[in-house]
Amino acid sequence: MSIPDNLKYTKSHEWIRLEDDGTVTIGITQHAQELLGDMVFVETPEVGRQLRQGEECAVVESVKAAADAYAPISGEVVATNPDLESAPESINQDAYAAWLFKLKPANAADLDGLLDAAGYQKLLESEEDA
Amino acid sequence: MQLKTTILNPIHREMKAKMVDFGGWDMPLHYGSQLDEHHRVRNDAGMFDVSHMLTVELKGESARPFLRRLVANNVDKLVQPGKALYTCMLNPQGGVIDDLIIYFLTESHFRMVVNAGTADKDLAWMQARRDEIDPKLEIVSRRDLAMIAVQGPHARAKVWQVIPGARGETENLKPFQAAIWGEYFIARTGYTGEDGFEITLPSQHAVDFWRALHTAGVTPAGLGARDTLRLEAGMNLYGQDMDESTSPLESGLGWTVDLKSDRDFIGKAALLEHPVTRQLIGLVLTERGILRSHQKVVTSHGEGEITSGGFSPTLIQSIALARLPLEASAGDEVQVVVRDKALQAKTVKYPFVRNGKSLI
Repeated sequence: MSIPDNLKYTKSHEWIRLEDDGTVTIGITQHAQELLGDMVFVETPEVGRQLRQGEECAVVESVKAAADAYAPISGEVVATNPDLESAPESINQDAYAAWLFKLKPANAADLDGLLDAAGYQKLLESEEDA
Repeated sequence: MQLKTTILNPIHREMKAKMVDFGGWDMPLHYGSQLDEHHRVRNDAGMFDVSHMLTVELKGESARPFLRRLVANNVDKLVQPGKALYTCMLNPQGGVIDDLIIYFLTESHFRMVVNAGTADKDLAWMQARRDEIDPKLEIVSRRDLAMIAVQGPHARAKVWQVIPGARGETENLKPFQAAIWGEYFIARTGYTGEDGFEITLPSQHAVDFWRALHTAGVTPAGLGARDTLRLEAGMNLYGQDMDESTSPLESGLGWTVDLKSDRDFIGKAALLEHPVTRQLIGLVLTERGILRSHQKVVTSHGEGEITSGGFSPTLIQSIALARLPLEASAGDEVQVVVRDKALQAKTVKYPFVRNGKSLI
C-alpha cells in the first residue's frame, strides 16, 4: 500500500499536502480509491467557500458507490482540480496526483492534529483487523 | 456468519478478485476494473461465476400442472425440449417471491434456475405448494452443479473453441433455448443484453472449464460489471426492482404475466383485483451526477423512486430504472433528488443498450 511520507492523512482517508505558499492540497488516498473502484463522477466545493473542519465538501462516486470527502481542516477553498470533471478515472490512476481541492487554512496549526504516514498505516491495519 | 462459497472461489482469489458478501455468498465484485470488464463483455467476451444461483429439478408426471399453478407466465408455451421461459413466482397477494427461468426437458422433467438470495425461501414455498397438488412430485436441489455465464459478441465462438464437440448441438440454438451436450447444459440465455451462453456443469469440472475459457481469451467479470450490464439491458434485479411487496405489473414484467388463459395461478386473483397505478420506466440523467437506487423522482404526475441506478459505461452517462406514476410517459422531464439538489432527467423506454448498441 502506497502511503507517501511527505503527506498528512485523516481517518476518513483524505491526504493533505502543505504547499510552499501556505495553502494545502487535498485528495483521497490510494486505499480509498481501491475500496471505491472505478471513479465515474467527482463534485468539488465552490472556490471561495469557507469550510469547517470535518464538513462534507466533495463527493467522489465510483461505479459502486458515492462517498463524501470531508474538510481535513478549516479554511477557504482557493482552487479545485479542473481535470476531474472530464477524467474522474485519474484518481484511480494516481490518487496522490489527482487532487480534489486546495484550502487556505484558517489556522496552520490545525495541520498538527492530522495523522502522519505511520499513523495512517496503523489506522489501515486496525481497519483490516476489524 | 460463515460466507458460502462456490467451487470457483479459490480461482477468483488467485485471479486477484476483490471479493464481497453478496447475500451471504463470497463472490467476486471485480478483478481489477469493473469498467474494463463491462466493455469486454460488450465488445468481446466475458465470463461470470453464477454458481451461487440454484438449479432445481422438477421430476414427475404432474410437473406441468404444478407449474401452471406455481408461476405467472404460461408454462404451456414450453412444447419444444430445451425451450426456456422467464417468469415470476407470485405470492397470493400478487407480490414477486422470485423471478426464475424454467427449462422444458421432457413432460416429466423441468429444470428451474432461481436466485441465490431467495433459494431457500423458494424451495420451501415450492415444496408446500407441491404437497397441495402432488406429494409424489420430486423437487431436487442441485448444489452439485456449477454455472458459468459466458457473454459477449464473441462468447459463443470462444465456448466452441474450448468444447468443439458442443458446436453441433448448440450452433442452431435460438435465444432462450438450451441443449444438453454430455455433462454440459448449455443455454443461449444471459443477463447482459449480449449474445452468449449460460453453461451448467458438474462442479468438479468447473475449475478446468473456467481456466480453459480464460486461455481462450474470455475475461473474468464480477458482480459489478454484471450489474451495470443488466441495468443497461433493462433487466430487473430481484430485491431491488421488485420484491414480495411489488406486483410484476408495476415492475415492467407485464409481458411475463399470462392473464389471457383461464389458468388459475397463485397471485392471479390479486393482480386482477388491484388496479395498476405505477410503472417501471427508464431514466437518463441530462446533467452531471450519478443516479442511485432509492433516490426520489419528482414528476408532474406525482412522485416516484429509483429502483436501480448507476453509471452506464456504454452510454457514458447515468441511467436508472424508476417506479413512477402510470401517467408518466417516455420523453417527460423529471427531477431526481440527489443529496441536496434536484437534477434534471428524462424518462425513456428501456432497454438502454442491446448487442453493444445504444437504443436511446
